[in-house]
Amino acid sequence: MPSIMRGTTDNGLLPPVTDQDGAPFWDYAARGELRIQTCAGCRTPRFPPRPCCPYCQSFAHRWQKVSGRGHIWSFVIAHPPLLEGYAQLAPYNVALIELLDAPGIRLVGNVLAAPDAPPGSLDPARLAIGAAVRVTFTRVSARLALPQWLLGTS
Amino acid sequence: MAAALKDATAIVGIGQTPFARQLPDSEKTLACRAVLAALDDAGIAPSEVDALASYTMEETDEVELAKAIGAGDITHFSRVGFGGGGSCATLAHLAMAITTGQARVGVAWRSRKRGSGPRPWRGSVQLPTPAQWTRPYGLLRPVDEIAMLARRYLHRYGGTREHLCNVALACRRHANRNPAAVMYHRPLTREAYLAARWISEPLCLYDNCLETDGALACVLVSAERARDCRHTPVHLHSAAQALPAQHHGMVNYWNDDPLTGPSWTAARQLWKTADFGPADVDVAQIYDAFTPLIPLSLEGYGFCARGEGAAFTEDRALELGGRLPVNTSGGGLSEAYVHGFNLINEGVRQLRGTSTAQVPGARTCLVTAGEGVPTSAVLLRS
Repeated sequence: MPSIMRGTTDNGLLPPVTDQDGAPFWDYAARGELRIQTCAGCRTPRFPPRPCCPYCQSFAHRWQKVSGRGHIWSFVIAHPPLLEGYAQLAPYNVALIELLDAPGIRLVGNVLAAPDAPPGSLDPARLAIGAAVRVTFTRVSARLALPQWLLGTS
Repeated sequence: MAAALKDATAIVGIGQTPFARQLPDSEKTLACRAVLAALDDAGIAPSEVDALASYTMEETDEVELAKAIGAGDITHFSRVGFGGGGSCATLAHLAMAITTGQARVGVAWRSRKRGSGPRPWRGSVQLPTPAQWTRPYGLLRPVDEIAMLARRYLHRYGGTREHLCNVALACRRHANRNPAAVMYHRPLTREAYLAARWISEPLCLYDNCLETDGALACVLVSAERARDCRHTPVHLHSAAQALPAQHHGMVNYWNDDPLTGPSWTAARQLWKTADFGPADVDVAQIYDAFTPLIPLSLEGYGFCARGEGAAFTEDRALELGGRLPVNTSGGGLSEAYVHGFNLINEGVRQLRGTSTAQVPGARTCLVTAGEGVPTSAVLLRS
């Protein structure tokens, strides 16, 4: 069992504490889909999710499926002091991924060495701003999967 | 109306407690000590205080403070949100109350046991936005959130850790002249900086502010009243608050240019109402919870062009005798981290001519609150 799966239950990794606006993102992620809240009026995607469109003020929206391809906008390598569950994984990267088909929308995530590998599994020397990444989903429980990232395009 | 605040009020008293990693007094006691010291410095009786302003994160509320110090009837009280972004806004709110006749003697303060208390990021209470998008992935601490922007900034504009080191060294050298500073006796070298342990790459230990117990306060009155006080009045020349369009707080990751922080918005408002510009600022106290906030703020407030903030730090430009001496008491990095209130008091000392790293003949000082969160800033003038 990947450590992140044990971690969320046993090792103190934090599950997303969601709200009404954000819950659909996680519902789709649990099904292995990356979808971004998009205005049904002016069709502008927005993130983080919120009740209405800041550009046309419409309350109508849909959840637009995106390709899951992007590039690293920036990243950090976290070292202790950290919460206990994360300290055990350190040093680990946290990256900001800019989506290829929704520029300006950037998702925080970990770039992993392989699908289901834990944060911290990738050699930090392989990370670079601008590097291409693709989404993968790390299953935490029946109802929760975290969108994560792998280097490369295929 | 736009000029109504200009030089209409002045800071006439400042006070503070000792700063240390751990102080025995409670936050409430420290708050009372700092406020009473500021009133004593001003020569104004506590019973004359009728306005209070602090941060939403301040734990000692107006009722507790007012009844403890023996304040009079309070007719204006306000709180400003977003942590260290609120420091200078407390002065702005008092100035607005005084110039509009809502009050006559205002006190702003901040008391915090951040040194001996728990680290806020260890708390289990999470706000859904933005925490659900960051914390599950281990982006846990303010330093992680700023390190993400810092790496992008250095990459985009050709900055290096040497530039961040320049910031840390400037603050430390100023602290080494200031007996009140936590790091008064602790010199820092470039070698020690470069060898320090990582906290969140590209930021190391010395890119982070201190963790301090302490409290500070200042007293604001009308410019007319200030003429009768015992110290040279330090006028509030211009003030600004800033929550930019489509800003996202410390994790400002979701707009066209995340590196353009609230300082740019604050600066536009600040300079619009001022009689002078960045080139006329003699000394600056710039919020420094983390070293990268200094180059970002230097750009935002117009001391240099976009992308030039890192290079601006070269040749000891931020140190006494340099192009723009910054954080002359040591700042949050090396004097004390009390949500930036020590930067206000140091700005006052510079314009009184009493700093331990005095800029000769300083007449103007910029003080800023936290960059990277909804922020505030003031221009002080003697």
